[in-house]
Amino acid sequence: MKGPAAVSGDWRRFLDLTRMLAITDFKLRFFGSILGYLWTLMRPLMLFGVLYVVFSQVVRLGDQVPFYPVVLLSAMILYFYFSEATTKAVTCVVQSENLVRKIQFPRLAIPLASVGAVSLQFALNLLVLLAFLALSGVKLHSSIVQLPLILVALLALTAGTSMLLSAVYVVARDVAPIWEVVIQTLFYATPILYPIELLSRESESLARVAMANPLAVIVQQMRHAVIDPTAPSAAQAIGGWGWMLVPAAITVALLIAGYVVFDRMAPRIAEEL
Amino acid sequence: MSAAPPDPPAVAVESLSKGFRLPHEQVNTLKERAMHPFQRRSFEHLHALRDVSFDVREGEFFGVVGRNGSGKSTLLKCLAGIYRADRGRIHLRGRMAPFIELGVGFNPELPARDNVFINAIMLGLTPAQARERFDAIIAYAELEGFIDLRLKNYSSGMQVRLAFAVMVQVDADILLIDEVLAVGDAAFQQKCYETLEERRRAGKTILFVTHDMNTVEQVCDRAMLLDEGRMVDLSEPRSIARQYNALNFGRAAEEVRSEGGRTGDGAAAILDAWFEDSGGRRVPVLEQGARASFCLEVELREPASEPGFGFLLVDEQHRRIFAASTAWSDTPTGEFAAGDRVRVRVDFDNTLAPARYFASPMVSHHGVGSDLMDSRDELVSVVVHGGRKDAGLVNLPHEISLERTGAAAAVE
Repeated sequence: MKGPAAVSGDWRRFLDLTRMLAITDFKLRFFGSILGYLWTLMRPLMLFGVLYVVFSQVVRLGDQVPFYPVVLLSAMILYFYFSEATTKAVTCVVQSENLVRKIQFPRLAIPLASVGAVSLQFALNLLVLLAFLALSGVKLHSSIVQLPLILVALLALTAGTSMLLSAVYVVARDVAPIWEVVIQTLFYATPILYPIELLSRESESLARVAMANPLAVIVQQMRHAVIDPTAPSAAQAIGGWGWMLVPAAITVALLIAGYVVFDRMAPRIAEEL
Repeated sequence: MSAAPPDPPAVAVESLSKGFRLPHEQVNTLKERAMHPFQRRSFEHLHALRDVSFDVREGEFFGVVGRNGSGKSTLLKCLAGIYRADRGRIHLRGRMAPFIELGVGFNPELPARDNVFINAIMLGLTPAQARERFDAIIAYAELEGFIDLRLKNYSSGMQVRLAFAVMVQVDADILLIDEVLAVGDAAFQQKCYETLEERRRAGKTILFVTHDMNTVEQVCDRAMLLDEGRMVDLSEPRSIARQYNALNFGRAAEEVRSEGGRTGDGAAAILDAWFEDSGGRRVPVLEQGARASFCLEVELREPASEPGFGFLLVDEQHRRIFAASTAWSDTPTGEFAAGDRVRVRVDFDNTLAPARYFASPMVSHHGVGSDLMDSRDELVSVVVHGGRKDAGLVNLPHEISLERTGAAAAVE
């Protein structure tokens, strides 16, 4: 009989718990208010509205980008998913104190359920995005089959980061403000407002650095595969398939580091709280 | 104890130790670490458990007792897998379900239906089992009409019933229980004990952490006493309860000796008062059913003729349980000169219910006992153990007999 663990071998129970916690979390957020979901959609939509007006009417960045509104919206929905899931994950383990201190269960269920709850909301957002795509006259391309792959990459990136952050936060509480700044920076570092071509034109290596960010790869590939095949694919933007190994390695490293750190932290969580 | 139990123990703990590092300053921000990277962080090491070993046999009702901070909750949390032990090993045979708290995961914003599922899954049921047993849970809790009511609108009693109903549905071979039964009204507690008793009969092993010595004596097969992280003794519950009371109230009894509540004209001074057991030993704990004595040492400060000596016994609610005085029993006490000392003994059969009592000794002038020379309010305390707590204020000497008085006509 060992101490508390991250997963503790029983996968069946681990999955049951994760699903139950995620659904509970999701329900709690929207329980009792029919408009609950709409409100959460309001924030990105409002920001989208403002940014759209600024960048297509005032700065006129959008003029060079076909389907600029949906490109912007799609990138924002992907970014908001990553941002919300990871920000929420930072404190999730500490906030589940009442569970952690009272009962033994696979601890990893907590950050993954937290990500799961945001993923449910993200799934609804994707439906909204698809509706907008249809309305803006975007045609269905065969490359849309890449969508599941893009989502898996996004999920891996989000889950890895979330596990890492939630474990570190237990011993270092200033991870929360630090992560807020990182997330803010990431919004501008990722080609959301501006097309990556803008950077490529300035300098090849600048674009390469920007595309080392796995989130940039996901946003860019989404634009290429789902909205506009004439836009450069992630591999083109970074300058070849070889360079794609960098963001891929970052994602995998985050996933592994997240698991390993959380696993080492798991037995001590109940005492550190 | 049998020499070799045929079955391997359900729970085996070998030299378990668990310590906590308590930092003198809580450092859990990166900023502080970055600012003082070379500062040695000072810790206080708290040994919550030191080298504890014991076995619990299958089907046993095992009590773990100890004062606050003795390590019993830490032990339970190590067994439950919430804390990882520093040293030592724990072997569990069979599925274990911990009940450190009732209703783990309950959320006041969600209706009872959701909370039952959350709690059941947290406790180890699969979602399918939880769905299957949902009706049984609600029926047991007697909350059929309130399934969709949010938990925050439940009374606390209803919440406890719901939580307990879920707990009952969890199948496990070993139950770890941490005083969760202390909540709820008497009827509910009774139901809880019956349920546990049923589990025991079904061959389940129960580990029970408690403060309540009466429960230990009534339900446990064996018990273990912890103090400051060490196992003091492991033996039959009666002996453990006695040791616990001695440990706990031995100190408390000392504390009660205060100067408060002294009345009288000072013609005599009560020097000391204490209880003795049947062996004439001065004790803080008395056993029900045994012979006991209250003793009193008095110094007369003025000459006195036929003074009265006595004492009054009250319980924790300050209800008058018993009083005895030479003034009332017309026991002649004689003549005293100033400076004379006298020791008074009141022997009695201890039929008191298990509880804590306070004795107020008193010395009065000749007469009915109301004209006091000295009296000390609640000078000594004593704890009575043994017997049933719920059997009334005193256990009168009694015999019970049956006499059959014929049969009613058959109604079939």
